[in-house]
Amino acid sequence: MTNRYFYEGTTGPWELVIGLEVHAQVISQSKLFSGAATDFGAEPNTQVSFVDAAMPGMLPVINKICVEEAVRTGFGINAEINLTSVFDRKNYFYADLPSGYQISQNDRPIVGKGHLDIELEDGTTRRIGITRLHLEQDAGKSIHDQHPEKSYIDLNRCGVALMEIVSEPDIRSSEEAAAYVRKLRSIVRCLGTCDGNMDQGSMRVDVNVSVRKPGSPLGTRAEIKNVNSIKFLAQAIDYEAERQVAILEEGGEILQETRLFDSAKGTTRPMRSKEHAHDYRYFPDPDLPPLVLDAAWVEEIRKTMPELPDAKKARLMKDYELPAYDASIIVAETETAVYFEAAVKTLKSKDPKAVKLLANWLIGDLFGALNREDKTLETCPISEIHLAGLVDQIVEGVISGKIAKDVFVRMWETGKDAASLIEEHGLKQLSDEGAILSIVDKILDENPKMVEDYKSGKDKLFGFFVGQVMKVTEGKASPEVVNKLLKEKLG
Amino acid sequence: MSLDQDTVKRIAHLARLKLSEDRIKSMQEDLNRILHFIDQLNEVETGSVEAIAGVNTPAMPMREDRVTDGDKVQDILQNAPEVACNMFVVPKVVE
Amino acid sequence: MTNLAVKPSLKNDLIHLTLAEARRGLEEKKFSAVELTKAYLDSMGEHRHLNAYILETLEQALEQAKECDMRLAKGEGRSLEGIPLAMKDLFCTKGIQTTAASHILEGFIPPYESTVSDNLKKAGTVTLGKTNMDEFAMGSANITSYFGNVINPWKRADGKDLTPGGSSGGTAAAVAGGLAVAGTATDTGGSIRQPAAFTGLVGLKPTYGRCSRWGMVAFASSLDQAGTITRDVRDSALMLKVMAGYDPKDATSAHVEVPDFAKALELGVKGLKVGIPKEYHLEGMPEDILNLWEQGKKWLVEAGAELVDISLPHTKYSLPTYYVLAPAEASANLARYDGVRYGLRVPGKTLDELYENTRSEGFGEEVQRRILIGTYVLSAGYYDAYYLKAQKVRRLIAQDFELAYQKVDVILTPTTPSAAFALDEKPTDPVVMYLNDVLTVPANLAGLPAISVPAGFSKDNLPLGLQLIGPAFDENVLFRTARVLEDAAQFKSFLRGHAS
Repeated sequence: MTNRYFYEGTTGPWELVIGLEVHAQVISQSKLFSGAATDFGAEPNTQVSFVDAAMPGMLPVINKICVEEAVRTGFGINAEINLTSVFDRKNYFYADLPSGYQISQNDRPIVGKGHLDIELEDGTTRRIGITRLHLEQDAGKSIHDQHPEKSYIDLNRCGVALMEIVSEPDIRSSEEAAAYVRKLRSIVRCLGTCDGNMDQGSMRVDVNVSVRKPGSPLGTRAEIKNVNSIKFLAQAIDYEAERQVAILEEGGEILQETRLFDSAKGTTRPMRSKEHAHDYRYFPDPDLPPLVLDAAWVEEIRKTMPELPDAKKARLMKDYELPAYDASIIVAETETAVYFEAAVKTLKSKDPKAVKLLANWLIGDLFGALNREDKTLETCPISEIHLAGLVDQIVEGVISGKIAKDVFVRMWETGKDAASLIEEHGLKQLSDEGAILSIVDKILDENPKMVEDYKSGKDKLFGFFVGQVMKVTEGKASPEVVNKLLKEKLG
Repeated sequence: MSLDQDTVKRIAHLARLKLSEDRIKSMQEDLNRILHFIDQLNEVETGSVEAIAGVNTPAMPMREDRVTDGDKVQDILQNAPEVACNMFVVPKVVE
Repeated sequence: MTNLAVKPSLKNDLIHLTLAEARRGLEEKKFSAVELTKAYLDSMGEHRHLNAYILETLEQALEQAKECDMRLAKGEGRSLEGIPLAMKDLFCTKGIQTTAASHILEGFIPPYESTVSDNLKKAGTVTLGKTNMDEFAMGSANITSYFGNVINPWKRADGKDLTPGGSSGGTAAAVAGGLAVAGTATDTGGSIRQPAAFTGLVGLKPTYGRCSRWGMVAFASSLDQAGTITRDVRDSALMLKVMAGYDPKDATSAHVEVPDFAKALELGVKGLKVGIPKEYHLEGMPEDILNLWEQGKKWLVEAGAELVDISLPHTKYSLPTYYVLAPAEASANLARYDGVRYGLRVPGKTLDELYENTRSEGFGEEVQRRILIGTYVLSAGYYDAYYLKAQKVRRLIAQDFELAYQKVDVILTPTTPSAAFALDEKPTDPVVMYLNDVLTVPANLAGLPAISVPAGFSKDNLPLGLQLIGPAFDENVLFRTARVLEDAAQFKSFLRGHAS
């Protein structure tokens, strides 16, 4: 790979064309069409209503919050909201689909065309088109490892609301695909419409990959399922691109098929289940009238949209002069942004230098500690007020940056605030010139030979005097004051 | 339009109905008779007519998001032909 | 009538009362709910050859009747307290087997009660049992039931067993034969009105959306509607009042007021404009049917109504439209019967084999035929030509009625193109069988309320019905007009003691 967008084959460059279908589980107490709960990890079949189990005569009734969150997400991806949409039945037989059809939206989704802007490592931005967002039901779960010849079916997840967000085939590299998913994830998390948790499956990605010679029509695509992390997404795409290029360069043909990603091997393989040419026989679900949204209600949702990551980033850069890099990291996760902004609020000085210092402590020391101890901001022992307090102490010159590292460790261990720890352990920086001056005088008096040598040109000895003062004051003397006084005394 | 036997087989598989060889022919005849009857619809001019999925359709009623159902695993499973570990059991599904 | 054998016993009287008469008798303590229920249970035992019931719920019925008597004794009788009803086996009944007359649901015990049957229970009715029907309500002769065909209590001079019609043939036979005071039924293309006409009863299909579909085994969701089969028009009004109403569990249920239908009964038809659609005058329609229609017009005119000739130009296309839409919806509605969660399972080595074995053995021939047609008309490449086309024609059919109701208040037609036919005369060509529904299907497609009133006899002395079709949610116009026809026809008196 020489160019980001091309795979170099033996016959020249190949262009990669990727489209993503993201299934995002809507955050709701109850399911899309039934009153059963949606909690993850409940005992088998305890979160199942007669509707979910497709008992005879059962009928779906839609959950308002799911509609609202689909609209909100639609605004989040800069999309048109369709005031009239229709639910269809998508017909196929499968063990985890009790009714034999999934209620989905085919021709008339609730959200139409939109887009996302993604930032790449080299600082460039690309716009990825979004075809649509629609609401649909999740399927149940088949468990294959309990019995050698049987599968067990748990319907807890069956009927949970999903938003399927389909991108245009605008994505050209695994890096862009990863950036797209990260961006989408940060938006739904910011909106609170999906928790974006990929390992629990509340956000799942199906990837359509094809390759072509630059400028040629689209090639045959393979659909890859079972990609449950952003890292695997990139791996799956790279593997699949190489596989397809190799086949085409040997004169072979790409089969239009569904493949599974094997995360242990980092490869993809065709699904074994014979899926006869899909014929889903979509038709409008006669149990559900068309979904007609009140324009005023939709407008109300638009008006109450929270600030989205892009806007937040721009604001942080403008208001606090934060560098783009810092701002991107802070807005990527809603929790980080919330933590950061709460901390800024309590910061005594809103000077850009102070805010930048706060950002450094957050992105550097705090994230480092969280990673080391496998904690999140929610379980973090240092509150946003305390972190801001630590930065205050540095900015006000109460402690030096070096002492602050020590204070930080004590804060992490005890959960106490910086000021009390400084007090408790007497870590306060000594900046009283009179007190430091008497120490300086004493040290110069005790080392006449050294003073002599310094004055005759041994400049390096300046550090020795600083060190001596620090030793006596146990590191608490203000380095600025020490420097200033020594310079005055030594001439 | 009329159906050939391959189409009958394909449709039967989509619907998960097994038609033995001797039934395929009689089913094909019946279906073609019905389709021929249905083909009368071609006489109707429907150029600008909008399709309807239902009649007397009310506005879509929406539920509040509350947990009002579930937690009745025995009711869910009581009619099942095969159950293990509180789950429905089927022959092994290969993905 | 040849076989009117009225036995002068109390029991015989009890099993021929109308619902309103039975209610009066109970309130006046002429007999108890237990006595009434026992009379019906005995009658059911004596008439098992009719095969009207798939399941008789004797113990529960007596239990319910006892409770009714306690309430009646305290003067706390509810609107239908103590009335023994036949429940079509399409309504899920909690703790009581519900099969839709299909092998695939044999043994299924619903852990829930349908809204309609629950409404009736809460009004004090006693359920005698679950009545036979065409499998999944697909049929017009009650010959597709896994539990065997139903026999019409009416006999022709040749003594042959006749069909009671379908799909609600079990309820019709039960009510006509003295095996229930009245009964529930469902109508997707004529399944209430046609059997009511074949058995000399009143059959009402309410407006689509009037009664909740929750807990009713689905055949074609956009067409299915619960209704009543009763001995007279008043009974129908009384039952509908209880069954109808908005149900938040059914998104297609209408949020409209349920009037006191009985109040409309005696309003008469003076000044009412009655539409006579020329397209219902079918080619080759038998003379007795035409005569009956003429008689009906005359009766209404005599009662002060005005006849208006109207045209419903797309009538001819109703049946083809129906035979696209109903099977299409059914093909999806019946996908849930797969041998995994309830009902029949026929094992297979793979899941697909299990599905195919179960469904091929569990569904009867007609059901499989309709599933296949429905699957085909929705499949890739055919959707536009069949399904979408039929949806468009459906709009035209509905519009025909909308236009007509700008000029008339109600429409009068015959209910069926013939009287009940003998079971051994049933057509072998499915399409010929489908033609039975030609006069009833349009009201389903347009979602309109329609009622069949027994109004006369065929040349073979079998009952015939006249159909009234009203505007959406105007069942009242049906009741008042039907009462006039009923009064004029004096049909009720023929029913007494007719059970064979």
